[in-house]
Amino acid sequence: MKGRFQLSLAVVLLVALGLGLTLYKHFALGFPLLRGETNTIWSIEADVEFMADGGPVKATLTLPAHQSDVRILDESFASPGYGINQFDDNGQRRAEWSIREAKGRQTLYYKVNLYPDSVSDPDREPPVENDTLTVKPRLPEPYQTAADSLLESVTERSADARSFAGTLITELLNPSPSQNTNMLLGMIDNRESRTRLLIDLLTMADIPVRMVRGLYLEDGRRRQPMLDMLEVYTSDGWLMFDPVTGESGNPANFFLWQRGGKSMLDVMGGTQSSVSFSMISQAVPARDLAIRNSQADQVALVDFSIYDLPLEVQNAFKNILLIPIGALVVLFMRIIVGLRTSGTFMPVLISVAFLETQLLPGLTIFITIVSIGLWIRSILSQLNMLLVARLAAVMIVVIGIMGAMSILSWKLGITQALTVTFFPMIILAWTIERMSILWEEEGPKDVVIEGFGSLLVASISYLLMSNPTVEHLTFNFPELLFAVLGITLMLGQYTGYRLLELRRFRPLAQG
Amino acid sequence: MEVIRRFIDSFAKPGQLREAGILSMNSRNLDYVIKYNPRRLLPQVDNKLTTKQMAQQAGVAVPELLGVVSYQSEIKNLSQLLAAHEHFVIKPAQGSGGKGILVITGRDGDRYVKASGDTLEFEDINRHVSNILGGLYSLGGKSDVAMIEGLIQADPVFNDYSFEGVPDIRMIVFRGFPVMAMLRLATRASDGKANLHQGAVGVGLDIATGKSLRAVQFDSPIKLHPDTRHSFESLQVPHWDRLLELTAACYGMTGLGYLGVDMVLDKHLGPLILELNARPGLAIQIANGCGIHPRLQKIEAMPDWNIPIPERVIFSKQHFTSQHFSS
Repeated sequence: MKGRFQLSLAVVLLVALGLGLTLYKHFALGFPLLRGETNTIWSIEADVEFMADGGPVKATLTLPAHQSDVRILDESFASPGYGINQFDDNGQRRAEWSIREAKGRQTLYYKVNLYPDSVSDPDREPPVENDTLTVKPRLPEPYQTAADSLLESVTERSADARSFAGTLITELLNPSPSQNTNMLLGMIDNRESRTRLLIDLLTMADIPVRMVRGLYLEDGRRRQPMLDMLEVYTSDGWLMFDPVTGESGNPANFFLWQRGGKSMLDVMGGTQSSVSFSMISQAVPARDLAIRNSQADQVALVDFSIYDLPLEVQNAFKNILLIPIGALVVLFMRIIVGLRTSGTFMPVLISVAFLETQLLPGLTIFITIVSIGLWIRSILSQLNMLLVARLAAVMIVVIGIMGAMSILSWKLGITQALTVTFFPMIILAWTIERMSILWEEEGPKDVVIEGFGSLLVASISYLLMSNPTVEHLTFNFPELLFAVLGITLMLGQYTGYRLLELRRFRPLAQG
Repeated sequence: MEVIRRFIDSFAKPGQLREAGILSMNSRNLDYVIKYNPRRLLPQVDNKLTTKQMAQQAGVAVPELLGVVSYQSEIKNLSQLLAAHEHFVIKPAQGSGGKGILVITGRDGDRYVKASGDTLEFEDINRHVSNILGGLYSLGGKSDVAMIEGLIQADPVFNDYSFEGVPDIRMIVFRGFPVMAMLRLATRASDGKANLHQGAVGVGLDIATGKSLRAVQFDSPIKLHPDTRHSFESLQVPHWDRLLELTAACYGMTGLGYLGVDMVLDKHLGPLILELNARPGLAIQIANGCGIHPRLQKIEAMPDWNIPIPERVIFSKQHFTSQHFSS
């Protein structure tokens, strides 16, 4: 009784462990439970170009910061002959390319793959000194006077930092601007100068503000410029404003690259430097993304897993991990249903062969080979032969039949029979031997019963093992094996009636 | 609909079988075979030669051993060995379920006559022995030895019920108590084999008296022997007490708690133990028309089962008669 309790406990623990790990991988790491879910990831490439003077060159590029609403999956640098160095500059990641000697046109590449995670809360960190300007800027006259009166009128019409920034931007966008505004607009000739002016004006009004740069993610865009945006510190945290449209809030698909007003690109030892961006989106299966995500985070469950193996080995494991499912079918059919099979796990091996041949061709090939084999075996039994020699002879004959079937089917244009090679030959030879003994000892009826039982179990486990969802689950959630093991232990304790016993003992039932 | 209904009706409900005390195969394996038959004790019953030697040491009657062939090279002595005997049985020591048993009932010149009347060349016997040595009939193809035994002369009491071969008596003995018994009779349908699922007749026997309770063929009750048309009603196995004591002794001899004991009645030698089985089948329940589980539980509930053989036999006779149980 004590043993049975321990076993039950083990069953519960194993099943809980298997399902728990699976659910953890699904909910925490994002592995999809079903096949076919896809997610979009973005690849952004920054092309840095400049003309090198012929001496030593150092080019520094701001790299995108790790941010909560976007996951950076991986980054790569390509630049022949250059040394790469990443460093942290006051919380801003930067990459530095360096070379002793370079002349002429240089192109350096930085590529990042990223995945828009979920919408995140706004940045609530209060402004720090090097984020914003500390000294109040002053514009040359008469612009300063115009600015002062503009700020005054905006102050009257606003309540807080948020409405102040909104009103100020709207004022600059007014199609019939006031005189003061019109004068200030004269300072603006592009997006960057507009952003700078807005930062100056907001700083004058004692509102914490900073410049951010980023890109709109649009598929297939090439040579995209970096866009300047404003971030104003409001009571709800930092709030982004588009200086050209006046819209507030994080725009959809806007990927924030840099915070603060530092330059994007610095080149020493070169001229005419520029950086441009191109981007593409690709749909990747959600599973691949989850693996990349988890590997980036170094989740042990994924880091120490099948995904780390070479692809070829992974493919082998795909089949191996299905075998426990087949074994479970055998257990169920024998312990719960009570079906007779020839050899305990031979049906599993047959169903693995079916995975290569498909069901109907597989059944046809199996029945053909075993039938011919039984016939040849009956001829062999006329000869005085030692058992091992006869088994070997049967095996050679089996190989011969397989060869003949392959050639015949090739001539007939049926390519499926070519996959016969996947049938385990020794298993087939043993099956033939066992069946022929069964035939001699018990008669053909038992051969048919056992053969039918084996093929039925093999077909059922084939149907399960070839199910794409089952394959997906066993391969991506190998921890489900714990649950399978638990169920196996549970079936091993089952002392109830088998389904076929209910029929067999029917005459003994009372009433 | 009617077909489906009839199909479903052909299955009993688990509750009905449980109420009838039917032991299931899974429960037999887990609750009895694994629990009461320690693995290390199994080889002695899996090997008929060991069983025989053990029985002889314990003073339990077994069929006479004429010879053993252990190696291929010994086969050349076979004809010499067989020449001395008119009739004999060749069987694999590690065979199961009656596989590989060759029964020679007489000679026809140089040829050997089988129980079925077919004749064999010496070459055929030679090959059969060679197959046995190669492990054809043993579990997992292990190499085996061939035993040559004296042929059993069936007790004439079974003449009316025997088509071919010698009827054997299968008894289940649990912790040394005979629990349930049946007589197995070969028929034309079973091709002279005493295998119930091949059409041999199973006759349930009353543990108290050795009288027939009912007979089944292919799991269905029958009144008359299908070949001899003789009624089973008056059948009573002689030497019944001796048979009960023999089975009970097998427990002390092997240490196996759950055992199937196969016995025969020889015309001259009386009851002999033919074979022991550590995982006896469940067809005995069908032959007896009742479940074995309550009887096993009764013994499991006993505080002390280690009592002398005669007392165990008395206990079984008292508690396991069928009349007693149906009341």
